[in-house]
Amino acid sequence: MAVDIEFQKKLGNFTLNMCLKSESRRIGILGASGCGKSMTLKSIAGIVTPDEGRIMIDGKVVFDSSRKLNLKPQARNVGYLFQNYALFPTMTVKANIAAGLKGTKLQKSRRVEEMVKKFQLEGLGDRLPGDLSGGQQQRVALARIMAYEPDVILLDEPFSALDVFLKDRLQQEMIEILSDYAGTVILVSHSRDEIYRFSDELLIMDAGNAICFGKTREIFADPQWKDAARLTGCKNIAEIRRLGDHMIEVPNWGITLRMTRTVPQDIRYLGVRAHDFVPIWGQEVKNSIPVEVRSVAELQFEKKYFLKGAVEEAEEICWFVQRELWEVLDQKGMPDYLGIPEEKVLLLR
Amino acid sequence: MEEILAILKELDWSPLYISLKTGVVATIFSFFLGIFAARKVLKAGPKFKAVADGILTLPMVLPPTVAGFFLLLLFSRRRPLGIFLFETFDIKIVQTWTGCIIAATVIAFPLMYRNARAAFEQIDVNLIYAARTLGMSEIQIFWKVAVPSAGPGIMSGTILTFARAMGEYGATSMLAGNIPGKTGTISQRIAMVIQDGNYLTAGVWVVIVMLIAFGIIFLMNLLSGRNMKQVKRW
Repeated sequence: MAVDIEFQKKLGNFTLNMCLKSESRRIGILGASGCGKSMTLKSIAGIVTPDEGRIMIDGKVVFDSSRKLNLKPQARNVGYLFQNYALFPTMTVKANIAAGLKGTKLQKSRRVEEMVKKFQLEGLGDRLPGDLSGGQQQRVALARIMAYEPDVILLDEPFSALDVFLKDRLQQEMIEILSDYAGTVILVSHSRDEIYRFSDELLIMDAGNAICFGKTREIFADPQWKDAARLTGCKNIAEIRRLGDHMIEVPNWGITLRMTRTVPQDIRYLGVRAHDFVPIWGQEVKNSIPVEVRSVAELQFEKKYFLKGAVEEAEEICWFVQRELWEVLDQKGMPDYLGIPEEKVLLLR
Repeated sequence: MEEILAILKELDWSPLYISLKTGVVATIFSFFLGIFAARKVLKAGPKFKAVADGILTLPMVLPPTVAGFFLLLLFSRRRPLGIFLFETFDIKIVQTWTGCIIAATVIAFPLMYRNARAAFEQIDVNLIYAARTLGMSEIQIFWKVAVPSAGPGIMSGTILTFARAMGEYGATSMLAGNIPGKTGTISQRIAMVIQDGNYLTAGVWVVIVMLIAFGIIFLMNLLSGRNMKQVKRW
């Protein structure tokens, strides 16, 4: 098993209850800020010590409270990429890469040269980190980690401080760099796009608890849990009343949905992604909501319509329209109804 | 002018050597002790920190003569520690150059300690974490990552420590006395010649002290300037 983690740690006003077992090489942890994601990575790296539990990396136990075992970060062979890269400001690029290396001077300098070449840092070796661009700093930080061949690489929100353009490029660069890395990589982020792009398996966290774990694509397609749906970017979530095996009422939207699939007993919410509505002009059809626009936000590539719910206290319903549809909307005007295709309905607990 | 030249010609230069020697040696001691103490206090819990910080800073806040009084109490050859040092190691503190160094170190130490601690507190803790995950030993981390990152603060602490150690008067005069050629520092010489009414000689020493002080600070700023590229002007 690549990672086998189970531990508790008290953090301010909540307790972090972590449980993650995975064979996957690319694991994502998604959660809002302050939910304990970073603390999880720091516990794996040994920077902080959990109160109780066991942490196993690549079959090696690095922490076990029942056996009073707690390996120092130095002995865990874990690579940790910090959000600000944490390059040593007074050391040159080469010295940064060499910082964690063991062996003779010659061995070290060979390894450093190898890394400089691999990460396209030629000509930058004698510069200080402060003189480098954000992208170059990220490459140095990755080179420094890869130089000593860690068993696991932990990425702690590596892109959240970057502007949109750079973020996209650096994400792609990171994926390429990591593509030939055979070990496990765990990426922690609050951005679903990053997680979706990067990870094969996904753990969703909320307030210190793991909500769900599974294949990333499957969780995005069917989040199963309300918080998971919210974190994977579902904008419209409403409470439901189950009227029968194939019928649910959505009071806040003032509609009743007829489903061909069976609605399980424990479903309490329904989710529809903002892009998944289908505009309908004229007659009302099955499973549709009447449109009453409250406000519109126009972006470069999409328009966001915020619609009134059926009752006053209901949340606005979000409908995001991609550019391709704008022309149709211009011709035909606003639709009278928004249809909810059954396969797009997320049934949530 | 001729009078000044005459004074310079006949000047006993020993206070200069004694002050410089004392300043350099006391600064070296304070440097390592201050950094060590700063590290220890930083690691400690809040209660220990408050107490330790108070004790370590005390010599700076107290009048130097009070510090001198305590040092005399401690090292006098009629006291246990003084007796022990003399009988076991044949070390005399009172009225010796060793006394000069101890007095200057004790008085100047808090400057080093406080500057080093403030500088350590400013370090991005992720640097230390990163160094640990990279497998660097704690000693390596301390000297290769923490101290250089705290460079500007430690440098200014060293400069202040040297200035303070070289100019020390109160505690030195009580513990080491003013023995010409042995413990007579520039500060003590100035006080002595002024008491004799010899203002011109005093003035010559004052100018010498100022030149040395300025020269050293200038030099250290130049040297540290090279390592402080990451500090931006604003």
